[in-house]
Amino acid sequence: MSSMESTNLTITTLKRMFGEGKRFDGRGLLDYRDIVVTYDVSNKAEGSARVKIGKTEVIVGVKLAPGTPYPDSLDKGNLMVSGDLLPLASPRFESGPPGFAAVELPRLVDRAIRESHMIDLSKLVIKKGEKVWTVMIDIYPLNDDGNLIDAASIGAMAALKKTVIPELDENGIVDYEKKAKKELPVSEETAPISISFFKLGDAIILDPTREEEEACDTRITFGISEWKKQYMINSCQKSKPVSLTEKEILKMMEILPEKFEQLNKKLKKFL
Amino acid sequence: MTAHKRTDGRTATELRPMIAKVGVIPNADGSAIFSFGDTVAIAAVYGPRQLHPQHMQDPSTGILRCTYDLLSFSVYDRKKPGPSRRSQEISKVTEWALAPAIDLVGFPNQVVDVQIYIIQADAGTRTAGINAASMALAHAGLPMKDLICSVACGKLDKDIVVDLNKDEEDFEGGEGPTDFPIAKFATSDDFTLMQLDGMIQPERVKEVLEVAKEACKEIYEVQKKALKEVIE
Repeated sequence: MSSMESTNLTITTLKRMFGEGKRFDGRGLLDYRDIVVTYDVSNKAEGSARVKIGKTEVIVGVKLAPGTPYPDSLDKGNLMVSGDLLPLASPRFESGPPGFAAVELPRLVDRAIRESHMIDLSKLVIKKGEKVWTVMIDIYPLNDDGNLIDAASIGAMAALKKTVIPELDENGIVDYEKKAKKELPVSEETAPISISFFKLGDAIILDPTREEEEACDTRITFGISEWKKQYMINSCQKSKPVSLTEKEILKMMEILPEKFEQLNKKLKKFL
Repeated sequence: MTAHKRTDGRTATELRPMIAKVGVIPNADGSAIFSFGDTVAIAAVYGPRQLHPQHMQDPSTGILRCTYDLLSFSVYDRKKPGPSRRSQEISKVTEWALAPAIDLVGFPNQVVDVQIYIIQADAGTRTAGINAASMALAHAGLPMKDLICSVACGKLDKDIVVDLNKDEEDFEGGEGPTDFPIAKFATSDDFTLMQLDGMIQPERVKEVLEVAKEACKEIYEVQKKALKEVIE
């Protein structure tokens, strides 16, 4: 993301407001904006979803294709997550080779999904050691107003829940046109999402707008899911050259399960 | 104590043998080599020097720029030379891990380049790289607030352990392996790198931080000793 730098005035104002527990749009520091999930972005994809968090909008498509398994996992299907920050979605995005933000976004979504074991990759084997399904998740923001990673992870999780496995003809060639009925083997229990904390001064906020996100000193993203009735952190990455204190990290550990629970309730009606 | 015996017989909180040496690349302004067992990282610092391309220059401060990669023969399946998405990400998190400890305000428009390469990989390469780079920055005589110490903690099923080796990273069963690389200031509890892959209950993160803090004390001693040796 080629970022436009925040002005000192914005940073001081936001710092003061966050200190008082206030935000420009009236939310509390840990409140998310409204989330809406819809499906069937493309009827050519095996699964797809559109997620809106406030004005942030992301579409995610899932394609499946037969491929060869990786040598270290011959009895498992493959998972690939990619995406791009298209200049379509923001004046801040530029064409050309992907910048770091465009590399980082799919990697974080990949780890949140993979490590949660939401997809049972062992059920995606077509012929052991030779042919397996490759699940390809592609993420494209349509409008960036902050918190893209959380939006993308919700989109990927939702799209996977609606993904079907295409039919193979007698020669083992995929027939994408034939209506597929077999659902992708995904866990009922595990709905991994990512929750990103942002820090400005001493304040910790969630779901920043683009303006807030750019003013913040650092971000830490956690992938979290439920596994055997326990909350599990599956992935984590701290960004930006600013440290976090132990106290801040432990405070996030308290907020994380509560927030996950809240978000799950909000998302339930869409899944 | 761990219920699962560690493959190399270590206790849960025991680091692999560490070797640290400073001043290994005469051309560099600062350099160091650091190893955790079979993982060997070498780092060189060049700068502060004029930053090119010019549009990246910051008139308010110098900047830190890190490059991390595996050498082609450092792993069993030869790594294709050149940056991958993985190495780009590790370069960036390494930069983020080191930058809070270094003060480049006195070097406007300049860059400090840190080059980190893994000569032999057996898990924990980014953390070994950060330890080497931290020493190399100190060796270069740059103004630093503290050294940065880094270690990969982890969880094997339910047991929290320190400094996973490759066999442990590939551990299977129960809650599986969790890799939790951490870096922090040597003398305060400010964390500059936190990454994680696997599964861990939020309430157990505190235990991991405690284990990391103890391990970093040991790493700090090794780093300090190596830095003193080069002065004497």
